[in-house]
Amino acid sequence: MHREDFLMFENNPDLIYLDNGATTFKPKEVVDKIVDYYTKYTANAHRGDYDISQEVDMEYESTREVVKDFIGAKSSKEIIFTKGTTESMNIIVSSFMKNYLQKGDEVLITKAEHASNVLPWFELEKEIGIVVKFIPLTDTYKVTLENIKKVVTSKTKVISLAAITNVIGDIRPIKEITKYAHENNILVVVDGAQSVPHTKTDVKDTDIDFLAFSAHKMLGPTGVGVLYAKEKYLEVMKPFTYGGGMNSRFESTKELEYKDIPLRLEAGTQNIAGVLGLKAAILYLEKVGMDNIHEHELILRDYLIKRLQEIPNITVYNVESESGIVIFNIDDIFAEDTSRYLNHYKICIRAGNHCTKIIKDEIKVKNTCRISLYFYNTKEEIDKLIEVLKDNKKIYDIIL
Amino acid sequence: MDNSFKRELIVDNASNPFHKKKIEDASYIKANTHNESCIDNIDLFVKVQDNIVVDAYFDGEACAITTSATSIMIRNIIGKTLVEARSLMKEYLKMINEETYQEEKLGELNVYQDIAKQPSRKKCALLPVETLEKTFNIYEETKK
Repeated sequence: MHREDFLMFENNPDLIYLDNGATTFKPKEVVDKIVDYYTKYTANAHRGDYDISQEVDMEYESTREVVKDFIGAKSSKEIIFTKGTTESMNIIVSSFMKNYLQKGDEVLITKAEHASNVLPWFELEKEIGIVVKFIPLTDTYKVTLENIKKVVTSKTKVISLAAITNVIGDIRPIKEITKYAHENNILVVVDGAQSVPHTKTDVKDTDIDFLAFSAHKMLGPTGVGVLYAKEKYLEVMKPFTYGGGMNSRFESTKELEYKDIPLRLEAGTQNIAGVLGLKAAILYLEKVGMDNIHEHELILRDYLIKRLQEIPNITVYNVESESGIVIFNIDDIFAEDTSRYLNHYKICIRAGNHCTKIIKDEIKVKNTCRISLYFYNTKEEIDKLIEVLKDNKKIYDIIL
Repeated sequence: MDNSFKRELIVDNASNPFHKKKIEDASYIKANTHNESCIDNIDLFVKVQDNIVVDAYFDGEACAITTSATSIMIRNIIGKTLVEARSLMKEYLKMINEETYQEEKLGELNVYQDIAKQPSRKKCALLPVETLEKTFNIYEETKK
């Protein structure tokens, strides 16, 4: 769908890009939006009284509105622009949870989480003595409320999960989890890096407390992302950077006053071009329709898994994937060798542990090949992939 | 060396590597190296006595180049003194880095002489040398 909107396809007609979990291509609207900012109304935001600065201001703040509507937040005050999911997750942990949690409090994650939903918690454990515990996964590596209940104790204060995982591709029952969590005075943090770009997000309906996601995985530019939190939590969140843009006044007597949220949490000149690009990306996604995107990806995923299963020496590890993420290996071939082989045919996939280094305890394999689909992928691309994979006896002739 | 012979030697060592086994024996020096730009990860287990490499094994997950290069390298250094092994490794490094080197010294390791044509693979071929050097250094440190 909509391939004509992407210059990457025009400039690389033979390329088959199946690494959308890593980053996505950008439609012309996004590129144009950024070029326009740098060529027609370059100015800083929240600073000047001249027309182009006000235009930047308007564009920047209207992006907050667009993001708010896109994820169903109550207020645009709940939207903070960051560098991306990783920074958002780090801010949630170090600027909020560090003050909210106490020694001995328990945080539940899983072994299928991305590094950015693991390492900040491990660090906080070292720093203030919280306890990070793993929710057991089912035989098909999924999270169920039943399994969560098994590890929740009176000390559990946070459940932090990806809505869709970047290796297994399962969709977690976030609404159900949040309902249970809130009944037990537990906060819910959601890593939305793989879910926000592919499915409808509604933070009001799911009632989650925090959400992190990146623009570049949803057609937007790199270096910009979003931190969503309920207003009451942002109000008490300690600023993670201090400087221009976030203060209302300060004196030599050291009296000072900071602005209200969201600006209090956005010190310094922000990634304005990035934020504007994100706006164009969201407007584009809305035009395509999030339900259409998810539906198309599911059709492609079914087709891909069915066709991969035609190849006798290929193992698919997540047949029950609920998103466009499929992981596999060719028997006795190292994942990276497979991706190098596919690269020879201009097919881009990801090989490795996908920044999810402890999932190996669960799936018993350290490295896999990952295909992650998006709405612009086609059955024809999958056919070409399968044709090349079927011929995998040649792999060493090609890569050595 | 013709290309099909080279390929055969690499594939043979990648599919049926020499001495690929995890060693728990404490008399073996253990060192790990992982390739930061990709996902190769190998452990070496080397036994050195009186400055002679008397035995060596490796384990881990790695691509065909790293696995085969480690397999061939350890087969070629067993029985050598540290000085001889280092001299071989030095020639190998020169070859990988496209410097003038003594081809006759490297024997079957010459299969990697064209690896520099694929810059991203150089690190894969260098992983065993890097790890061996670590084990030699550990040996020399403990002898002090």
